[in-house]
Amino acid sequence: MKYVDEFRRQDLAKKLSEDIKREADPERQYNLMEFCGGHTHAIFRYGVQNLMPFNVRFVHGPGCPVCVLPIGRIDNAIQMVQQHDVILCSYGDMLRVPASNRKSLLKVSAEGGDVRMVYSTQDAIKIARENLDRQVVFFAIGFETTTPPSAVAIKQAQAEGLKNFSVFCNHVLTPAAITNILESPEVREIGSVRIDGFFGPSHVSSIIGSQPYEFFAEEFQRPVVIAGFEPLDVMQSTLMLIRQLNEGRYEVENEYIRVVSREGNLKAKGLVAEVMELRRSFEWRGLGMVPYSALKIKKEFAEFDAEKRFDFPAIQANDVKGCECPSILRGVKRPTDCNLFGTVCTPENPMGSCMVSSEGACAAYWSYGRFTQPNSEQESVA
Amino acid sequence: MSVNLKRFPLGLNLRDGVVDMTHGSGGRAMAQLIEELFVKHFDNDMLRQANDQASFQVPAGRMVISTDGHVISPLFFPGGDIGSLAVHGTVNDVAMSGAKPLYLSAGFILEEGFPLADLERIVSSMGKAASETGVPVVTGDTKVVERGKGDSVFITTTGIGVVPEGLNISGDLAQPGDAILVNGTMGDHGVAIMSSRENLEFETSIESDSAALHTLIANMVEAVPSIHCLRDPTRGGLATTLNELAHQSGVGIRLQESAIPVQPAVKAACELLGLDPLYVANEGKLICICPQEDADRLLEVMQQHPLGKESAIIGKVVEDQHGFVQMETSFGGSRMVDWLVGEQLPRIC
Repeated sequence: MKYVDEFRRQDLAKKLSEDIKREADPERQYNLMEFCGGHTHAIFRYGVQNLMPFNVRFVHGPGCPVCVLPIGRIDNAIQMVQQHDVILCSYGDMLRVPASNRKSLLKVSAEGGDVRMVYSTQDAIKIARENLDRQVVFFAIGFETTTPPSAVAIKQAQAEGLKNFSVFCNHVLTPAAITNILESPEVREIGSVRIDGFFGPSHVSSIIGSQPYEFFAEEFQRPVVIAGFEPLDVMQSTLMLIRQLNEGRYEVENEYIRVVSREGNLKAKGLVAEVMELRRSFEWRGLGMVPYSALKIKKEFAEFDAEKRFDFPAIQANDVKGCECPSILRGVKRPTDCNLFGTVCTPENPMGSCMVSSEGACAAYWSYGRFTQPNSEQESVA
Repeated sequence: MSVNLKRFPLGLNLRDGVVDMTHGSGGRAMAQLIEELFVKHFDNDMLRQANDQASFQVPAGRMVISTDGHVISPLFFPGGDIGSLAVHGTVNDVAMSGAKPLYLSAGFILEEGFPLADLERIVSSMGKAASETGVPVVTGDTKVVERGKGDSVFITTTGIGVVPEGLNISGDLAQPGDAILVNGTMGDHGVAIMSSRENLEFETSIESDSAALHTLIANMVEAVPSIHCLRDPTRGGLATTLNELAHQSGVGIRLQESAIPVQPAVKAACELLGLDPLYVANEGKLICICPQEDADRLLEVMQQHPLGKESAIIGKVVEDQHGFVQMETSFGGSRMVDWLVGEQLPRIC
């Protein structure tokens, strides 16, 4: 397949693997956090970890939008369906995420709630046009990548005078979350865990550009390499991070130049700024309240804001006791360090956020990597 | 003498009539539906006897029976429809034991209001599939449910067949060292269905692979009677079916990703939709596990059959107490290929 196979070539992977093994200093450890679920998925799906030397370790960060959405917000969405009889339009992998009381959108749908899987905000707009007698709510989640389409949908609904369409806005921001991880005591304290460098998100960066990472590369003295989502991108970026670390540099480098510029997509950023503004604080599953880490819909567009239209309460739902997601998301622990992992917490019955989507660290470990887990001599010996 | 003495003076309105409750009531309307639609398209001696059961001589050997309910949406899709699928699916389930399929039964649950024209299209396609495969529908049943209590039409088919002497094919017989073969490209049916779903229409030339595999299997078991396992990777795709086999046999499986045939268009559609072709359904494909030393000969036999031109050896059975399916990726890494979790849902990013 053109434009895809080129980035999955085995011969190049082999060469990069050899380069990495040669350049990685056996005397030191390289803990590299991929923030984005897309990278986590690529690493597991293509088996990239096996191509790395023992001292290069991928730490799977909180960049899966499905995983970090707090349970309370899903409860809110369910309330809208059950109490206000709305048609709720949602992206596919949100449907299975467990909410309170063992509910999920899939189960609500089975009980007769009108929940529809859509591929884009345009599908949701179309459903609104075709059901003028019903309220249609788009369950907007995701990082900076999925935000512009939500802004477009709101503008479009306004232009068309669609009175039955609104957006339940849960869009979150990447730089705020990375800063939160680096500022957490576990990561900052000397002698505790170290995250040596970051893979910058690919799709997110196509919107926000590489510039927003410059602050924390400097502030926290950690190198950042913006990496594409194909496995060769991940390997090339690993090599770039290793080189920066070996040379004592901490810069923002861009491996994904075929898509990402320093400024990003100005038009998309402009649209988002027109329709949305920062929330003072937003809860992340696993990270807790993170200041200025999410967006809400501006007052001027309040009629398209589901939170204004339906006026529902903020629900505080607690994560399961014993769940290590907060530490796993910060790279302090691995999925296999959690007592719930693989015992009561599996993809069929996820207890914590990292198990709910295939992009979450625990689900990826479980689905693609657990055969290497019982004996990880590879990591401890060599 | 112009009195019309025909049994049903007025024919079924197959152009714009619809199914109503009388078609399932057991009365004259039902008799007419059976005669003018089902018997017409399924036509065979046993059905024409109009008994509540079909009777036939039992051939010597081991008999197999299998049943399958079909509730697919949309009813018509590129490369087939619910009717042809109901025949192929059950013929395949019977044939995966190595058996020669003999007869089918069909149960229809129709929703009130379903257009008779669509029903005829389905029944005629089913009749055509049955006559092409040489496995007649010899008995059947029709029920009508009130509007809203069904989804257009559900079809349950049951098939019986006889296993030739000397065969012992079962999902628990895979042995470490065995070779694993498939008869062609993976994921065609699932992607064809998705491409025609209401909320997801996209243009593609991909057609469902829906086909009856019993003649291919007959050639295979004749050439290599030592085949250990046969199974069709339908729902859950290749990945889930291999996990079933590994679990049943208490063995592990190692796949070579680069050896697994997938059409470029299917691969591309899966990339776009965020799906994995290994988990996408097939309706005209089989997985075969046989002793390593017979694999090349079997591959040759399979490739000579029209439904096996793109057959390939995709991996081998290994010892593994956990029953894991692992895969060497085309990229050069290795990973686990797990059971399908829930329904395959597209990823956000």
